[in-house]
Amino acid sequence: MNPTTTPGTGTQLGQPNSTAILFFLLFVGVTLGITYWAARKTKTTSEFFAAGGGVSALQNGFALAGDYMSAASFLGIAGLVAMSGFDGLIYSVGWLVGWPVVTFLIAEPLRNLGKYTFADVVAYRLKQTPVRLAAALGTLTVVSFYLIAQMVGAGNLIHLLFGLSYEAAVVIVGAVMILYVLFGGMIATTWVQIVKAVLLLAGASALAGAVLYKFGFNPLALFNEAATQYGAQTLAPGALVSNPVETISLGLALMFGTAGLPHILMRFYTVPNAKAARSSVFYATGLIGYFYLVTFILGFGASVLVGRQAITSVDKGGNMAAPMLAEVVGGTGFLGFISAVAFATILAVVAGLTLSGAAALSHDLWSSVVRKGEAPEHEQLKVARLASLFLGVLAVVLGVAFKGQNVAFMVGLAFAIAASANFPALLLSMAWKKFTTYGAVASMLTGSFSAVLLIFLSPTVQVDLLKNASAMFPLKNPGIITMPLAFVVGVLVSLLFPERESSERFAEVKHRMHMGAVQAPVPAAAAAKSSASESSATPTPTPSKA
Amino acid sequence: MPTKSQEDALEALAASRWRVAAVLTGATLVAYFGFILLVAFNKPLMGKQLTPGLSVGILLGAIVIVTAWALTGIYMIWANGKYDRALSQLRR
Repeated sequence: MNPTTTPGTGTQLGQPNSTAILFFLLFVGVTLGITYWAARKTKTTSEFFAAGGGVSALQNGFALAGDYMSAASFLGIAGLVAMSGFDGLIYSVGWLVGWPVVTFLIAEPLRNLGKYTFADVVAYRLKQTPVRLAAALGTLTVVSFYLIAQMVGAGNLIHLLFGLSYEAAVVIVGAVMILYVLFGGMIATTWVQIVKAVLLLAGASALAGAVLYKFGFNPLALFNEAATQYGAQTLAPGALVSNPVETISLGLALMFGTAGLPHILMRFYTVPNAKAARSSVFYATGLIGYFYLVTFILGFGASVLVGRQAITSVDKGGNMAAPMLAEVVGGTGFLGFISAVAFATILAVVAGLTLSGAAALSHDLWSSVVRKGEAPEHEQLKVARLASLFLGVLAVVLGVAFKGQNVAFMVGLAFAIAASANFPALLLSMAWKKFTTYGAVASMLTGSFSAVLLIFLSPTVQVDLLKNASAMFPLKNPGIITMPLAFVVGVLVSLLFPERESSERFAEVKHRMHMGAVQAPVPAAAAAKSSASESSATPTPTPSKA
Repeated sequence: MPTKSQEDALEALAASRWRVAAVLTGATLVAYFGFILLVAFNKPLMGKQLTPGLSVGILLGAIVIVTAWALTGIYMIWANGKYDRALSQLRR
């Protein structure tokens, strides 16, 4: 109960920890074993990008949760709660509420209309080339910013946790991730996500259990102890919410950004049908919600059992709260386990991101735009693998290039772009008959560019990074402006330049969106060779090579 | 080719799915932004402790998280039941 039980100097954090290394090697060994197994099953692009549609709803629920529960949310939110109490909960709630939106508006239509990327859905009844180009731009921008944030976070965290040099950490993460994606594709990535999600949930639960054990399994006793130590204001809203417009803007970006994240959307193609897609989001939402509630306990546990001073003495941002808590309640062994879980978490998230970027490069740009749907299967698979390799290497290069930069804002930026560039066009293409090619392209480009521009002009970049006295745009997150703007532009441009073919084909979209794809007659040999989803999810614009 | 009445039935089913989706999305928005607005404009209320250790803010935050999950559950029950039954009727 004494905040000085572990002085900042008493921690083993940052020393090479044999338990941590052992657990980490075990995780890498097991996941590379899975990759070897997955590589032998990955022979088509459908298997490479969508695991052949053979992932069950529960498995996909865990994998979605694995994709979403990044090290930032595990270590970052626990740290935020440890440092400022209740305010951390505001973030947790915001990160979760995007999931119902994904369930209601996105999951099923996406599953029924697309093949590998969200551009499949937007481009379904529109002109392929311009729509795919704009969608790939949105995807790659989101993926790049998210990847930079993850890689830089990985370098810093692993340096703090294991004492490894920053560059070595980035290279290790990059190399292992490339192995997963390049050889095992979506099958390996899905299983890495599942293993990681189970480990993370188990580790966080065990840690929370150990904390609550000290408080008679009564969270209120824990919160009360925090209030006794740090004052009642720790249970009340604090400085985080000073500007309501800012908070609402962030909230909009979080809520609708989730529904525009390419690596999340891509996961809906891995399940066999719309029903499995909808069930998988239900499981994922439950797992993620549970995880955030547990993280809240961990944060308060750290502030009471480790002490705020000890936490900031190791890392000013408070990111080490959860690992330090593990050391206090479970010794060096538990610290090692939690550190290894954090490392595994980063690996899994970057693998998912890289795969979704590779799908945009190879499926949207190469197969659809350059080759106009004429590329043979083996060529598509080769390009997909080359794209993964390219993005993996790029991630390492960017990770090293951005060393020492404050990149926390890039996750917010990725969500703002996803909410403004991807989500409006995706929703309009599924729900509005009069949506046109020009409208889609204008909406996606407006969303991307306005989000990037306003973040560049925001206090985050102008004041915090460039050290200017003031910023031209007052909000840190532009969602409240850029998302409605993308909708308005998409609607106006569509009305100004009507496209008859698009509205004529809306009936077909509507039919397929609800009924699923018509089972195309596929030659028996091809049907037996390729999996269920391959035969049922061939988009009309690119005729099946069968 | 689907018949005219099948087209109408699908039209009605599609409209009802969008309606359910819109209502549930609205409910999520109300729950979340209600929470955020209370945090922004009524800090004293959110800081009030109902019993020692449990502030209104913590309780409401946890309720929003559970509600978000419950709403996805409601949608799943509706879609797995009524909606899927209607769809399989149409497929025949």
